[in-house]
Amino acid sequence: MVLVVVLLGALYALPNLFGQDPSMEISATRDAVVDQTTQSRIEQALQQLGISAKGMEMQQKKLLVRFNSSEDQLKAMDHIAAALGEDYTPALTLAPDLPDWLIGLGAEPMYLGLDLRGGIHVLIDVDMESAITQAAERYSSDIRTLLREEKLRYVRISREGEQVVVKFNTAEKRDQAIELIGNEFRNLNVQDVDQEEAFLVEVSLSPAEKQEVQRFALQQNITTLRNRVNALGISEPSIQQQGVRRIVVQLPGAQDPGKVKEILGATATLEYRLADTEHSVEDAVNGRVPPGASLYYERDGRPVLLKKRVIVTGNQIVDASSGLDQQTGSPAVFVSLDGVGAKRMRRMTNENVGRPMAVVFIENRTTTRMVDGKAVKVKRKVEEVISIATIREPFGRRFQTTGLDTTEEARDLALLLRAGALAAPIEIVEERTIGPSLGQDSIDQGFASVMIGLAMVMVFMAVYYRVFGLVADMALVMNLVLIVAILSMLQATLTLPGIAGIVLTVGMAVDANVLIFQRIREEIANGNSPQASIQAGYEKAFSTIIDANITTLIAAVVLFSFGTGPIKGFAVTLAIGILTSMFTAIIGTRAVINWIYGRKRVQSLAI
Amino acid sequence: MQILNKGTYLDLMGKRQLAIYFSSALLLIAIGAIIARGLNLGIDFTGGTLVEVKYPEAIELAVVREALDKDGFSEAVVQHFGTPQEVLVRLAPQEGMESAELSDRAFRAMQGITSEAELRRVEFVGPQVGEELTEKGGLAMLYALIGILIYVGLRFEYRFAVGSVIALIHDVLITVGFFALFHVEFDLPVLAAVLAVIGYSLNDTIVVFDRIRENFRKMRKGETVEIINTSVNQTLSRTLITSGTTLLVLIALFLFGGEIIHGFALALIVGVVIGTYSSIYVASSSVISMGVSRADLMPVKKDDEVVDETP
Repeated sequence: MVLVVVLLGALYALPNLFGQDPSMEISATRDAVVDQTTQSRIEQALQQLGISAKGMEMQQKKLLVRFNSSEDQLKAMDHIAAALGEDYTPALTLAPDLPDWLIGLGAEPMYLGLDLRGGIHVLIDVDMESAITQAAERYSSDIRTLLREEKLRYVRISREGEQVVVKFNTAEKRDQAIELIGNEFRNLNVQDVDQEEAFLVEVSLSPAEKQEVQRFALQQNITTLRNRVNALGISEPSIQQQGVRRIVVQLPGAQDPGKVKEILGATATLEYRLADTEHSVEDAVNGRVPPGASLYYERDGRPVLLKKRVIVTGNQIVDASSGLDQQTGSPAVFVSLDGVGAKRMRRMTNENVGRPMAVVFIENRTTTRMVDGKAVKVKRKVEEVISIATIREPFGRRFQTTGLDTTEEARDLALLLRAGALAAPIEIVEERTIGPSLGQDSIDQGFASVMIGLAMVMVFMAVYYRVFGLVADMALVMNLVLIVAILSMLQATLTLPGIAGIVLTVGMAVDANVLIFQRIREEIANGNSPQASIQAGYEKAFSTIIDANITTLIAAVVLFSFGTGPIKGFAVTLAIGILTSMFTAIIGTRAVINWIYGRKRVQSLAI
Repeated sequence: MQILNKGTYLDLMGKRQLAIYFSSALLLIAIGAIIARGLNLGIDFTGGTLVEVKYPEAIELAVVREALDKDGFSEAVVQHFGTPQEVLVRLAPQEGMESAELSDRAFRAMQGITSEAELRRVEFVGPQVGEELTEKGGLAMLYALIGILIYVGLRFEYRFAVGSVIALIHDVLITVGFFALFHVEFDLPVLAAVLAVIGYSLNDTIVVFDRIRENFRKMRKGETVEIINTSVNQTLSRTLITSGTTLLVLIALFLFGGEIIHGFALALIVGVVIGTYSSIYVASSSVISMGVSRADLMPVKKDDEVVDETP
């Protein structure tokens, strides 16, 4: 059995020896296709740079370009991006360089964590309080509609915090309203409150409804983030829920944290408005803004006067995509509206052909600032006119916006538009970015310390316990192979603390052997025969080894349940290391020692 | 080869009075350092921003400071990290500044010196995340201790559980105290290391306890102290060898594992040294002080033996 485990372990640990090539994955956006032409374009681009690719492979709709070094990879990145233009997205990645027969076995190298392969980790907090108040806001307008339809007169409807308060002037109307609202909205709690001269109904979300709103807010944000992340061109993005209000986004190979955060962190919406051409912009800049209009600025700082009336808002946008304008070939964003939006748009554009219409881009950023030593959430609204275009013809459900400088800009905008109005504002509460060179350094240093540590322990054991020490050394190497094999099979993430966990395991794994060997020495000292001493040594040390390891396992389990990313990696390797070391140090060494000493009558042991 | 001669028998427990003084002194220094100097908590716990940048050539910190100063980062803590080419900048959460954008602005400022500056690492932790982590870290420590208390209590006897937990608290406090005393940064990996120290130190303690239990059952004569002393002696070589091999790999990790893992390796080195000492002295002495006797560890346990004594 030991032999089988060793062979299997060696087989599945094998992929890690082949190493991973720094590579680039090229995928096409929308209309373009990845084909032979793309490949030859890349070859040309690389030739100009004087870099030769290690290999190129076509995968499903993607082209994988392997490089000899990560310097080549990084150098080539910008160049290839420029050479291919905006229709393709190159993404940095690591591709295992495996022979086919190993791939056939399903063997893969260990999955490297972000701290080793480089990339960006972002933790996003969804503002659930806002999600609830937004829901309350929606209900308040629904209640208003309901009461109007039922011709039940009320004095006032307002949202106060997470509640909607409706005021009536008679108790009778109030009671009618309570019944009506209660019947119509079963997921709301309705309560009457009497004040002097006023009859109030307080409506609040039931706990179940609150939970539902929060769950939905989280889900919607995850979906939105997924859309945004996909467009960033990252080869293996991961977006996961953490707890009830957080989302973890991991982008291996991502290089530009500024851009990532900009795209992930913003909630954007649009307002289409007519430009005010009747009044002077200069006057407005000097403080005389005409009634019915407001002053905005374009991205380059030019002032624009827009009518206050909003034609269509972001909520009414169903879809937005970027592409090229068929007539001019310039970048454009294609927008589709919902029914209400389309109707309004049709009416307004009908009346205003030939007039300029502007798109106001409104970004809601939530950030935490320190005020008097306390964290305070600040919401900031950034409004900008991103395009002014003349209405050429009346349009309705589908139309396009041009006037964007690059396809990239068009793509970013379309992406934010498609997100539409988010269910709840989000805020980035944690970011960890690791540059690719640091990741590689960490791998090299981690590998070096494992090897040096291993060598030192092996030399010590061999000197101290002679033949038995050599057997323990074999077990130690086998243990290492098994850890790597299990990590590869589970595709558990290997992090820098994870490597530290392996190093620590190397030091501690010999403990079981030390315990056994010390016992054997004791038995021999007590005058027992070599065979009996071996037997007794293993037996007596067994329960001690189990006890000692289980307590360490408890610590590893606690670490795992508490830790985030890298720390989890440490706990995983530590736990796996404990289990494999028990196997190799007890069963593994026993098998070898029996094989060495078992068959013959032994006079003395080399221990 | 042998570290200790076969017949080695040291009167370890006889010196336990001395050990108590020594431990008390260490604990006092540790607690004093934690209270007086406080822990140099990393941004994982305090929240804040950290930017690591590598320049193509060695760079003067003053140049970096000046560049940051110009962009309004006068509060930034600037230091070399590992090599003179690498610079680590810490930014506290700043009044009226947008935390998530801080790192981008700081990097741009540092790139202003030379465009070849390479972004190695950014860590930004929001204040609320840091607070949660501190809380979770404390809880994790508590759960680990409780879990161990229960396991050892079940496998041995409650006084052994208490003894091992006393030893663990002793080790954790001294390790953490070491970080406070020398003002070494205490970050998330260090916390993980401290938890690992709990596991490690216990490992040692259990081995000793195991032998004590065995000897109580085997050696029909002899005083409690004498039996415990014999047990500690019998396991002494093993304790020293295992600690030695662990220290070997940890020193390798400390020297070659890179700057990021430094604190982690250091915490483990301190923890292993202290843990080795405590498994010899602290855990066993506590058990002696609590008055464990042979009857407590006999397969059939007598209930009327339970005496509630505090160490």
